[in-house]
Parts: sequence; C-alpha cells; structure tokens
Amino acid sequence: MKLKQLAIFLGTLLAIPLLMLRNVNGMKSMKEKIKLVVIGNGPVGHNFLEYLVESGESDNYQVTVFGEEPLPAYDRVHLTSWFKNQSVDDINMVSEGFYPSNNFTLHSGDKVTQIDRFKRVITSDAGLEVSYDKIILATGSVPFVPPVPGHDRDNVFVYRTIEDLEKITAAAKTGKVGAVIGGGLLGLEAAKALMDLDLKTHVIEFAPRLMAVQIDDGGGKMLSRKIQDLGVSVHTQKNTQNIGDGETAFHKMSFADGQELETDIIVFSAGIRPRDELARQAGLGMGARGGVVINNNCLTSDNDIYAIGEVALWDNKIYGLIAPGNTMAKAAVDHLTGTGSSEFAGADMSTKLKLMGVDVASIGDAHATTPNSRSYTYVNDREEVYKKIVVSEDDKHLLGAVLIGDAAEYGSLLQFMLNKMELPSEPEGLILPSLDGSSSGIGVDALPDSAVLCSCMNVSKADVINAVEAGASDMAAIKSCTKAATGCGGCTALVTQVLNCELEKQGVEVNTNLCEHFSYTRQDLYNIIRVEKIKSFEELLENHGSGLGCDICKPTTANILASCWNDHVLDNKLQGLQDTNDYFMGNMQKDGTYSVVPRVPGGEITPEKLIVLGEVAKKYDLYTKITGGQRVDLFGARSEQLPDIWRELVDAGFETGHAYGKSLRTVKSCVGSTWCRYGVQDSMALSILLENRYKGLRSPHKLKMAVSGCTRECAEAQSKDVGIIATENGWNMYVCGNGGMKPRHADLFASDLNDVDLIKYIDRFYMFYVRTADRLQRTSVWMDNMEGGLEYLKSVIIEDKLGLAAELEQEMSAVVDTYQCEWKTTIEDPEKMKRFGHFVNSKLHDENVIFTTEREQIRPALTSERTSETA
Amino acid sequence: MTTAHQQWFDICNIDDILPSMGRCALFNELQVAIFRVIDQSGQEKFYAIDNFCPFSQSNTLSRGLTGSITDKIVVASPIYKQHFELSTGLCLEDDSVSVKTYPVRLNGCTIQLAA
Ligand code: SRM
Ligand SMILES: Cc1cc2nc3c(=O)[nH]c(=O)nc-3n(C[C@H](O)[C@H](O)[C@H](O)COP(=O)(O)OP(=O)(O)OC[C@H]3O[C@@H](n4cnc5c(N)ncnc54)[C@H](O)[C@@H]3O)c2cc1C
Ligand code: SF4
Ligand code: FES
Repeated sequence: MKLKQLAIFLGTLLAIPLLMLRNVNGMKSMKEKIKLVVIGNGPVGHNFLEYLVESGESDNYQVTVFGEEPLPAYDRVHLTSWFKNQSVDDINMVSEGFYPSNNFTLHSGDKVTQIDRFKRVITSDAGLEVSYDKIILATGSVPFVPPVPGHDRDNVFVYRTIEDLEKITAAAKTGKVGAVIGGGLLGLEAAKALMDLDLKTHVIEFAPRLMAVQIDDGGGKMLSRKIQDLGVSVHTQKNTQNIGDGETAFHKMSFADGQELETDIIVFSAGIRPRDELARQAGLGMGARGGVVINNNCLTSDNDIYAIGEVALWDNKIYGLIAPGNTMAKAAVDHLTGTGSSEFAGADMSTKLKLMGVDVASIGDAHATTPNSRSYTYVNDREEVYKKIVVSEDDKHLLGAVLIGDAAEYGSLLQFMLNKMELPSEPEGLILPSLDGSSSGIGVDALPDSAVLCSCMNVSKADVINAVEAGASDMAAIKSCTKAATGCGGCTALVTQVLNCELEKQGVEVNTNLCEHFSYTRQDLYNIIRVEKIKSFEELLENHGSGLGCDICKPTTANILASCWNDHVLDNKLQGLQDTNDYFMGNMQKDGTYSVVPRVPGGEITPEKLIVLGEVAKKYDLYTKITGGQRVDLFGARSEQLPDIWRELVDAGFETGHAYGKSLRTVKSCVGSTWCRYGVQDSMALSILLENRYKGLRSPHKLKMAVSGCTRECAEAQSKDVGIIATENGWNMYVCGNGGMKPRHADLFASDLNDVDLIKYIDRFYMFYVRTADRLQRTSVWMDNMEGGLEYLKSVIIEDKLGLAAELEQEMSAVVDTYQCEWKTTIEDPEKMKRFGHFVNSKLHDENVIFTTEREQIRPALTSERTSETA
Repeated sequence: MTTAHQQWFDICNIDDILPSMGRCALFNELQVAIFRVIDQSGQEKFYAIDNFCPFSQSNTLSRGLTGSITDKIVVASPIYKQHFELSTGLCLEDDSVSVKTYPVRLNGCTIQLAA
C-alpha cells in the first residue's frame, strides 16, 4: 500500500513540470488536440501531410484540409501524363485510405474564402466554419494571364489543372491550329500537349529566345531549332497586342510588329502568380509583387500561420518548382511538431527536363553573370547539341551550365557546383565528347555523403549508402526504398553510379559475370553467340569459358541459342543443357510429376476441345485447374505418361503452351467488340494473332501479354510485359508491367497504333529485351535498371536511335518463321520418346509418387498420409 | 569403392544415357541415379548416387543438370537446386546432408552397378 502511494505521489510531482513544459511549447493534452487547418490540397499541401504522418505526431492534431479542386492532391509536375489515359490514376498522389486512416478530414471542391485571425476561424465557400489553432497555407499559384484585349474570349485557356486539360482536349476536337503564349518551360510542355492533340502548333515568345530564364542565347537557338524540327513553329520577340475574331480560324492574334497569326485555340503560359488573396485579406505580411512572406521555418508574419509551396515568398523569391516546396513542407512540419530542425534556406533552381523529347538542362549561373567568370562552349550542329559551362575566374569551380540536346553530364556538373568540388584542370573536358569513349565526369566516390543526389525527393548520397547497407542491390530496390529517381528522373545516371560504387566498396562485388564458368554478362554472351554464330554449348565453353558449366550457364546458353537459332529444345546438342522443365516440356511439381498445359490462344476454346481436355484428364487421372492465365492446367502426369498424353492432345489440335519455358506464356484477352457492348476493337482476334506470333520465343524470362477491348481493361493488360488496350483509333501499347513478387504497372509506350505498327514495335521491343536483359530479369526490372528508362526505350524502339530496328525485326521474323510445336516434333521421334521412362532399365513407375483424393480429384499425398497407406 | 569382390550387374547400354546427363536405374529395389560426364581433362566418367532428393523428398536427382562448381563435379537438384558432389554425394549447400554413392563402371558398351 505504502509503496503504491509513494509511487502515485512521485508521479504527480513529476507530472507537474512535464505539463508545464508542454504548455510552454503551446502543446495541449492528448484529449484536446491541436486544430490544424491546411488550406490547399496541391502537391505541397499533400506532402506536408505525408511528412506530418512520418513525424509520428499526427495524432496530436485534429486536421482539416480544404482543396478547391474537385479531386484530392495529384502530381502536377506530371500533369501532362493525364493525356495518356485521361484518368487521374497515373498522377494521383494519395494512397488508398490515407485521409481516413489518419483521421484527416478532407473537403475537396471547397475553397476557403476567409481567415478570421481574431476569432481564429476560417470560412469556406460551402459555408463551413472551422476554428483553428494553426494554419498551413499551401494555396500554390495561378497562371498569369496578361490583360491583352481578347484574353477572355472562348477557347483561351491556361495549363495548370486537370479541368484545364479537359477543356483543351474538348476544344482541340474541333480546332486545327493551337498557339501557346509563352516559351518558357511550361509553355513548351503545353505546346507538346497541343501537338499531341494533332493541332498545328505555334509558340509565341516575348523574349528573343525560348526559356529565357534558364538558358542562354546559344542554347535558346539550338532549342528553337530542335523544336522547329519537330514541327512546332517558334515565334520569338512577339508581343501580342490583341486577340480578335479570325477569318480562317477562331482567333486572330495581332502582334506589336504588325504581324498576325490565326489560331483556333490559345493557351496562356506567361508565368505564375502566387495565390495570395486569402493572406492579403487576412493582413499577413506580403511581398511588393505578391507572395506571402515567410522565414526559414516557413512562418508568416502571424506565428500561427505557415505558408509553403508556390504561394510563399522567401528572400523575395517565389520558387516555381516542386523540390523547394517539399523542403518547405518538411521545415514547417519540423517547426510545428518540434520533431526536427530542418529549415528552408533557399533552393537551387537547376533543372533538367525532356521537352518534346529534347534534353534541356540549366544549372546555376547559366547566364554567366558572375563577375570575371569564364565560359566554355561546345556546339555540334550535326548532332544539334549545345553545351556551355561557366566556371570561376581561376577555373577551379563550376558556377553554371546549359545543356541542350544531350544532358548526360547534368548529374555530375550539378554535383560539382553544389558541393563546390574542385574541377579538373582544363574543365572544358567535362563537356567535350571523349573520342576514346571513356566518360569524363566525376568519380562519385569524391562526393560528400551529404551531397543531394536527387533533389526532387531530397535523397542524399548517405541515404543511398544506407539503403545499400540495408540490402538494396539494384536500382529498382533503391527507387522503392529511397524514392530517389522517381520524380523528374534527372538523377538516374548519378544514383546508379553511386549505387554501383557502394556495392563494390561493401564487398558486394558488382560481379555481373553469369557464373563461375563465364566472365561475361548474359548480354555479352548473347552478342558472342550471335556474332560468332555459335551453335552449341561446347563451342561456347571451349572458346569463352572454363570448367564444365552448371545449372546457370547451361540453361542460359540454351535459351540464348534458342532466341538466336531456334532449334528444337531436345536437339541432340541442346538437350543436356535444358533444365528439367524444358527437357520434359512440363513443369516439375513437388513430387517429381509434371504439369501439362496446352496452348489456348487468347483463352478462346471450342466446346469440342474443352471436352478433349476433360477426356484426357479423366483418362490419365490428372488434377485439373483453370489457371490465372486463361487456360487449363493438368497436374500429376508421370514423366513416362507425358508422350501419350501429348499425342492425344496434339491429335486433337492442341499445341504446347510453353508453361515451362522462359518464353511467351499467354496473351490474355477480354471478349472485346464482338460481344461486349463497350468494346471498340476486336481484342480477341488481336490476342490470338499475337499469341500465335510470339509463341515459342525464348527470352531472358517469361513473357506475358494481354489485350483489352476498351479502357475498362478487363484483361488487365497494364500488368503485363506488353499490354494492349483498344482505343477508338487503334491500339495503345503498354510495356514493362509485372504482377508477381513486385507488381509494377505498365507504362504507356505508344498510342493509337494500327496493327502493323503495333506488331513492329512489339517485335523490336521483345528482341531488344532478348538482347540486353539479364538472366531471369523480367521486363519491368530490366527497364527500371535501364539508364534513361522509358524515354530511352522509346528512342530505341520508336525513333530507332541505335539504328537497330530493321535488324531486330528481322531477328524476330526468323524466330517466327522457324516455330514448331516442341511436343508435336518430339512425339514424332521414337528415339526421343524412349527418354521419358522413369527407369532406364524398367517399365515400372516411381512408387514414391502417391496421390490421395481431395474434392474429387487427386493431389500428392502428405508424408503422414503416405505412412498410413503403407502401414 | 570398387573392390575385387564386387559383383557387377548390367544396367543399360551407354547410349541410353546421353553425355552430361543422368538416368535413373532400378537396382535391388533401389532408385539409383547414374550420370555420364566428361570431366575437365576430357575423360568420360560415370557416377552413381541415390535418386532420392532429401530436400524435396522426391525421386528426382537423375533429372538434374550436371556441371562443375570450382573443381567438384556436381548435379543440381531439379526442384530446389542444391548441388551434390557426384563422387562423394555431399551436398555443397548444407554439409549435414549427403546422399549415398554406388560403384558404377562401363564395361564395353554396358553400364554396370555393383552392390
Ligand atoms: C498454373 C499457374 C497458377 C494457377 O494455378 O493459376 C502458375 C503456376 C506457376 N507459376 Fe505463376 N502461375 C500462373 C500464373 C501466374 C500469374 C498470373 C498471370 O500470368 O496472369 C503470375 C503473375 C503475373 C506475372 O508473372 O507478372 C505468376 C507469377 C509467377 C512468378 C513470379 C514472377 C515475377 O516476375 O515475380 C513465378 C516465379 C518465377 O517465374 O520466377 C511463377 C512461377 C510459377 C511456377 C512455374 C512455379 C514453378 O517453377 O513450379 C508454377 C508452376 C506452373 C505449372 O506447373 O504449370 N509464377 N504466375 C498459372 C499459370 C498461368 C498459365 O496459364 O500459364
Ligand atoms: C504542366 C506543369 C508542369 C510542371 N513541371 C514541373 C517540373 O518538371 N518540375 C518542377 O519542379 N515543377 C514543375 N511544375 C511546378 C509544380 O507543379 C509546382 O511547383 C507545384 O505544383 C506547387 O505545389 P503547390 O502545392 O505549392 O501549389 P499548387 O499545385 O498550385 O496547389 C495549390 C492547391 O491549392 C488550391 N487552393 C488555392 N487556393 C485555395 C483556397 N483558398 N482554398 C482551398 N484550396 C485552394 C488550388 O486549387 C490547388 O489545388 C509544373 C507545373 C505544371 C502546371
Ligand atoms: S475490356 Fe472493355 S471490351 Fe473488353 S470485356 Fe471489358 S468492357 Fe468489354
Ligand atoms: S532529381 Fe528528380 S527524380 Fe531525382
């Protein structure tokens, strides 16, 4: 008793100072949560909430969020990818259940109209009144529309929200010509969108060059040239004075120099203005040209109101990029909750982008305004490349750079500048093409651990090192655990270098050798086999390997030989290389029996054939199941039964389904336009055609495809290596999806293709994969590890950047032309048939294969069930 | 090991087992996996071990791929891919596991096992 009382007494004594401490910090007890209102549900407002959850303090807050837009936060940086599917899924930032599971209240489609700082209440458009203790102002910015006469006409737009894109898409249906006013970064992105909407596109720029803020004159010229090559007309030094009725098109634009341009659609992209009207009305401190003034903790002039993102003015600057906004969000969370000490102390505005497929990068002092700085420029008119670096007077430090047409050096140049690293003597070498093929740039080892490699996601070199220490060993893993390289992608090359360097250092030898017998990668071996026309493992081993080979290099070689020459799996020189699944042309099950999976292209099957499957299964007493790939699997066949089973199936018109091979599995399909009321194309016919085309192709790992007849996507094409979705105008092709262990949604690769182009692209895509992937690397991982990723792949497959297209197509058609059903050929050869017996010297069966019955079918008996049977 | 007192039994013809592959023989009611391998010096060698794979509890070792790991001649279990040294039956991945080995030889064109 006494002890307990003492404990209570001590407890109260301790509790008093604790409580006082809490009050000093303005915190409240658990019961009374701090009322936090977040105004604006854009990317930065949302990232604030993510950081709040990460801080572990969100339970102490009663959070109410207002967003004027009808949808919860989406990734505005990737707004343009909305055009892909016209669906918000691709850019949605909010993971399922994020708001409810954290008890955050979200009012989408409701705008905050007033902040009453005396009553400490905000009012919304819908009439809600919410009292607050703290406010986060994340209202972002709006496009600036200069008050040119006619700016308020119909068919004049801005480019900022999903609704804007919806309106532009609708207007583009009836228009032919589009003009973007503003040749900055966003203007060019808008121009790309207009071009993709099949409009004849013009870019009107007031300044003498494009992207005047970020790049210099020489760079601007090269950029104009490249963009004009793409079919966009660029008009610089044009001051729009009036927009009126057109004669051949909806509008006529008149410029100060007397010229005119007729266009159906106009998109203004002439800069942004912070959305500071609420703050202004509430009397917060403002900049002379707008923006809510904040300090390093992101506090405004009111200690209970923070401002973050594009509405915030720090050191008289508005930051129109996402990375600084995220840094502000983190600083605000740290200050609000006291869980961290990060501050916003300005941000580097260097950028690298791909505009209309053109690499553009700008770093630091791109205009060489630093007194006495020196510049080095490299211009290549043939390749249309422009590069400039700006360095300090003594050649020691990088101050800025502009890269157009090829921005490969962006990552290392940026690191030189940010970390004030000393440049090599003759710094021009950094941008000159190296004639001996060796790459210039920096040893990433020299980078300090604090170096920020990925500015979008604020990932430092130390973060990457930690991830490697925790077991991440490829780019895919780095992306998923650090988020590095998942924003603009500009840092991919650099992050990959750091990854490899760390792996090497930590003794995880980045040994890309296939196995101890070959000091080559799978890709090397592929090239050797192709170039030297090698036809057997012995030949390869003798000339390029050592030892006897193993269960890694033998099947890999067999697989490459098949991709190249497509001889039968049981060809004498190949059969000893095949893994048991390929040797017995069935998947070995846990008890040593095999499965039988005949091909059912597209999942379409006649009742007659279905009956055959049933009859065969019944006759040989096989366990029967519908697979996840729209066909039927018969399990429990003993090796010696396989030839008889297959003879019956082949006689009934079936072919092998290659369920065992590293090869095409199925082309899943929906029923499509022939039956479905929504179908817009005949997905069934296409899937059968594709399955018949690619069946039997041996590849680094298995291949899966699907075709859906409309965007409802019943065939789940976006989870396949190649997925196809019908559109009104043809087919959209998606690549590098994966189900399985680490699901990945496929990326849109090309739109509205006709059948011929579609097949051409798939041919090239698969053959490029066959050439370059690692052993057992699915297309998803292959692309995630590829420098340049999707864009690079497009450049190789669609634009034929490597000049390989014709070769790839030819190689594919060689495979297609030499297709044979492996089972059919096998049962026709008595020599081969002999090898299926379990014993070499007896016709008996393996008595260890014991089945029991469950739900009216066989299954392998468990050990316990076996003993009871023998007992 | 081969000793003078061993009695040899004919199992099959050499052509019944393809180079670098294995087959299973029924021998004294036992399942024996026989392998035909050309070793590093170019010599043809025969090995015999249990067909029973202790990891998967199935009679499958004869259907594994042969090869070499460092200087050891091995077979890889076709189910979970553990390696067994053919001359000793030792498992490379787990030294507490091994399979039995049997005397085997080529006599003319006939492959023989001894009890
Ligand atoms: C039979 C089936 C399950 C079923 O009962 O439905 C199946 C069975 C097997 N799957 Fe699967 N998978 C089956 C559909 C799938 C699907 C669904 C699909 O294709 O739509 C997936 C996810 C989609 C994907 O691959 O992206 C799938 C992802 C896997 C994976 C993981 C692959 C990955 O990238 O992570 C493996 C393991 C591997 O390949 O390394 C695997 C491996 C296997 C193996 C081959 C395991 C093995 O080595 O024994 C199984 C034996 C098949 C057999 O004996 O015939 N199976 N497997 C399905 C056969 C489909 C067909 O008709 O060919
Ligand atoms: C097409 C495009 C491409 C871009 N590309 C890049 C790029 O490559 N790299 C890069 O770094 N940046 C890029 N940006 C800029 C980037 O999108 C912005 O920096 C970022 O969106 C800023 O986020 P934010 O949350 O501060 O503001 P916003 O995104 O503007 O979000 C503010 C939100 O608050 C809402 N709101 C405003 N007032 C109220 C109110 N009173 N009540 C309720 N809600 C309100 C708005 O409707 C809006 O939804 C791009 C922008 C666009 C439009
Ligand atoms: S994807 Fe479209 S066409 Fe195909 S079944 Fe579904 S709704 Fe019908
Ligand atoms: S810098 Fe943009 S993704 Fe890393």
